[in-house]
Amino acid sequence: MDLLFLAISAIFVNNILLAQYLGNCPFCGVSKKLDTSIGMGVAVIFVVTLASIFTWAAYRYILIPYDMGFMQTLVFILIIAALVQFVEIFLKKQSKTLYNALGIYLPLITTNCAVMGIALLNIKHEFDFINMVVFAFSSAAGFALAIVLFAGLRERLVISPVPQALRGTAIALVTAGIMSLAFLGFRGMVQ
Amino acid sequence: MKFKQVLLHGLWKDLPPFRLVLGLCPALAITSSAEKGLGMGLAATFVLIFSNTFISALRKSIPDKVRIASYIVIIATLVVLVEMSMKAFFFPLSQQLGIYIPLIVVNCIILGRAEAFASRNPVFLSMTDGLSVGIGFTISLTLVGSIREILGAGTWFGMSLFGASFEPFGFMVEAPGAFLCLGLLLGLMNAYSRKRGEMFIQS
Repeated sequence: MDLLFLAISAIFVNNILLAQYLGNCPFCGVSKKLDTSIGMGVAVIFVVTLASIFTWAAYRYILIPYDMGFMQTLVFILIIAALVQFVEIFLKKQSKTLYNALGIYLPLITTNCAVMGIALLNIKHEFDFINMVVFAFSSAAGFALAIVLFAGLRERLVISPVPQALRGTAIALVTAGIMSLAFLGFRGMVQ
Repeated sequence: MKFKQVLLHGLWKDLPPFRLVLGLCPALAITSSAEKGLGMGLAATFVLIFSNTFISALRKSIPDKVRIASYIVIIATLVVLVEMSMKAFFFPLSQQLGIYIPLIVVNCIILGRAEAFASRNPVFLSMTDGLSVGIGFTISLTLVGSIREILGAGTWFGMSLFGASFEPFGFMVEAPGAFLCLGLLLGLMNAYSRKRGEMFIQS
């Protein structure tokens, strides 16, 4: 039951994009078309879950026993960068279809703040293994949900008569603000 | 001539996070008060200046294939420095900024400038570029932080502005206010640029 609450709160209440503001660069960059945003969402779910497991293990079993907590930032980013590269090579060799679908998003993900952010949040909340996996997966699912919904809105925006000065990124940000207001409504659901 | 151009481009032409739509996460997340905006801006400026300097100095010895990884290691080292010195000297501010300090590592502005400028320009120019973009970023964050703090809490850098009768516009310090404020500011900048006949950066 607690795990269910954790998942719902990570997907809706504390949505990684709209309430914690992590991963906004791809949010504005790759949300112009629905199918690219779906690809990005799936790639993020995959990488975030894997990266969380590895960074959590490295923190718990390497950094803490040797008293090197201050190296956290450096170690985490290296793990994430290496992991993304590895996943890319692995997919290229093993699964052509998956690589064609997700390949172009993978390099972008290294500098996606959502991946690093979730890895850091796992440590900050002091989760155990199960909670950590559930939290990472549902946060990433929240990212995917938000980016897919937003891409749908943006496809409509293209044909709407937007004031000249607000075209492009400006109206996208305002739309994201209104969407974030809607997600704020979920706050009553779980504490 | 080139020096002056590089020094000034970060302040209007490539002003982050408006013109270069990079580094949105800190611009949205920590601008609920002017003080946090200024602190984050200065931390990012420090990292930008030094990362640009080191990357430019090493640009001939870094192999092309592993350049992104090398940049990230340089940037991450600088961020760890900032993180530790902020914990030592500005503890309350570092608590407020929380995970957003280590997240400077993945701030796209820094990697963006490394890739677009420092990897192909001499050391001194790259340093100037880092300074210029960093100051632009600091000004933007402080501005957004000021607007949100004044409207959302009725204070500026913690000083009360309107007295006790002011009813704060709480929406502005919440998440939606950040997106709205940034979007409208960008719209204003676009409108001003159009009036002056400048080229649009985004379509």
